[in-house]
Amino acid sequence: MMEIRTPKTHKAKRVLEKRAPKLVENGKKTLILHGTKTSATVSSVLMELYRLKKGGAIKYSRRNENIRPFESGGETSLEFFSLKTDCSIFVYGSHSKKRPDNLVLGRMYDHHVYDLIEVGIENFKSLLSFSYDKKIAPHEGSKPFICFTGEGFETVQELKQLKEVLTDLFRGEVVENLNLTGLDRAYICTAVSPTKVFLTHCAIKLKKSGTIVPRIELVEVGPSMDLVIRRNRLPNEGLRKEAMKLSKDKPKKKVKNVDQDDVLGKLGRVYIPEQEVGKIPLPDKSKGVKRERREGKVKKNKEEGSASKKLKESE
Amino acid sequence: MDTEMDQIYQIDVGNLLAFNPNHRFSSAPSSREELVKECVTEGTKLVQAIADTLFNFPSTESVDGPLVQLPPPTTKLPREKHLPRPKPPTKWEEFALKKGIQKRKKDKIVYDETTDKFKRRHGYDRVNDDNDIPIIEAKASDEPGEDPFAKRLDDKKKRVDKQQQNRLQNLKSAAKAGALPSHVQLAASALPITGTKAQPKKLGKEELGDVAGLAATSTASGGKFDKKLPGEKPPKKQGKHHKYLPVVPRYGWVDEEKEQTNKVLGKLLSKHSHEILNVGKAINMYNDKKEKKKSGRSDKLKPKKDITKKKPYANKAK
Repeated sequence: MMEIRTPKTHKAKRVLEKRAPKLVENGKKTLILHGTKTSATVSSVLMELYRLKKGGAIKYSRRNENIRPFESGGETSLEFFSLKTDCSIFVYGSHSKKRPDNLVLGRMYDHHVYDLIEVGIENFKSLLSFSYDKKIAPHEGSKPFICFTGEGFETVQELKQLKEVLTDLFRGEVVENLNLTGLDRAYICTAVSPTKVFLTHCAIKLKKSGTIVPRIELVEVGPSMDLVIRRNRLPNEGLRKEAMKLSKDKPKKKVKNVDQDDVLGKLGRVYIPEQEVGKIPLPDKSKGVKRERREGKVKKNKEEGSASKKLKESE
Repeated sequence: MDTEMDQIYQIDVGNLLAFNPNHRFSSAPSSREELVKECVTEGTKLVQAIADTLFNFPSTESVDGPLVQLPPPTTKLPREKHLPRPKPPTKWEEFALKKGIQKRKKDKIVYDETTDKFKRRHGYDRVNDDNDIPIIEAKASDEPGEDPFAKRLDDKKKRVDKQQQNRLQNLKSAAKAGALPSHVQLAASALPITGTKAQPKKLGKEELGDVAGLAATSTASGGKFDKKLPGEKPPKKQGKHHKYLPVVPRYGWVDEEKEQTNKVLGKLLSKHSHEILNVGKAINMYNDKKEKKKSGRSDKLKPKKDITKKKPYANKAK
């Protein structure tokens, strides 16, 4: 016997609608967790990643022993967490003798694992070890610039996947309007070798140049690390095709209060609130506020000021 | 930003992304700092390239600063959820399509002829309210004993139930096609009632504990040495609960045992002691007990008591 369950509060309904599959999706949220054993490096990497992605990330602090992303049965917990927190990217950190300072970056499609890439962390420099002028520190949640350098990102398959995953991870929300004053961070990824990528986070300093376009200066602020590619798993072709499908219809936007008439053309409806004649605020006619008085006062002050200036000059 | 060595960068302004596919590192970067420096310089060039395009967009002034309209991103990234699937038409929709029935918009306010007023269609004080009918005329087909008002209510209830069933069926078929509306969840409810069999009642925590305790006492050692599961509470004290008062009273405290015996004695030896003990009842109880023993017991090993011998206080009651 089935029963229909609907949310009893408006808030619950809104939450469910937010999580439903849509034509234009919300920004992907990141789930950060760690496995049975983590080293100091891994835990600080996870912490700093969480701080960088503060608005759109959820960090779990307990260790998860039964998560093994690369094994067939070890993903069920991850998928459950992804379903509960509505996160489609996850970062799983662990440490073992065979794979020291390990980080698995993965993405989900429909709350099932889509693709995985495993990297090792080397030469990690934490946020706190960089000293810089606090004024240029990037604000939380600002949209970053992402830069990739190196031919490896085009030729080597693992690096291509890493490029895609890092873009997804750092991108944040897709916005239509951008405030130019709010651009203050950049992620720089360089393919040092076919298996190694150098990643760093910089703050942006805009300096005056002759033209409208300011001159950009980058100052390293954030964590910097070397990522060494270990294992990876690509999505199946079919799944990839389905995930990349774009819908041709534009999202229907209801335009309210506008009608089209054959004779008159475009008609609009204007609503005017009811005027309570007894409650309209009357003009302030008190003595000091009158315009003539104010202007007279200003003139007087000016004369006095210039008079005192003259005095000073003569002195 | 073209130089001789680097060709055009691949820029995706919608994502603020830039990719330089043509940089080659000088054979061996001497030290880590040199490498870092080189990476940052390359990064600066890329960011500069994006900023060039960005700042040349037409900008609108707003409270926080100049706003620029970003073009949609060009890098293809996978979606996080599937595209919304089309809902299969409901049974009514199919029927309406077949018959060519158009949807007509209903007004919220309708003219009520009985009261010559405009009333709302649904809600408080509505048009054609079922409860407001004062008189129902009897038809030839009506049975004499039937209550037409109750019948109307009953009919309405049936209609509502049928509609619920139809709605459930529609949602089930939508769920099958993967297009369940986001705010609805179909869940398996309680198990269906199977005829006259009583539903198995779910045991609570305490009841489970009691049952476990009962089972434990059936062991030879009375459940005292059984291995307990983690989280299982130790058994409650079994048997009679005696509270023994201290024999030697504590210094300064009242001698409780003495008090107890004094209390009983006082009651027995008081003026109204005959009223406390219901002697008639006591005798009846004793006699009943004797009779039961006489009838029930067939134990030949037990020494038989001489029942003809009368007890001294049996006479006192008279």
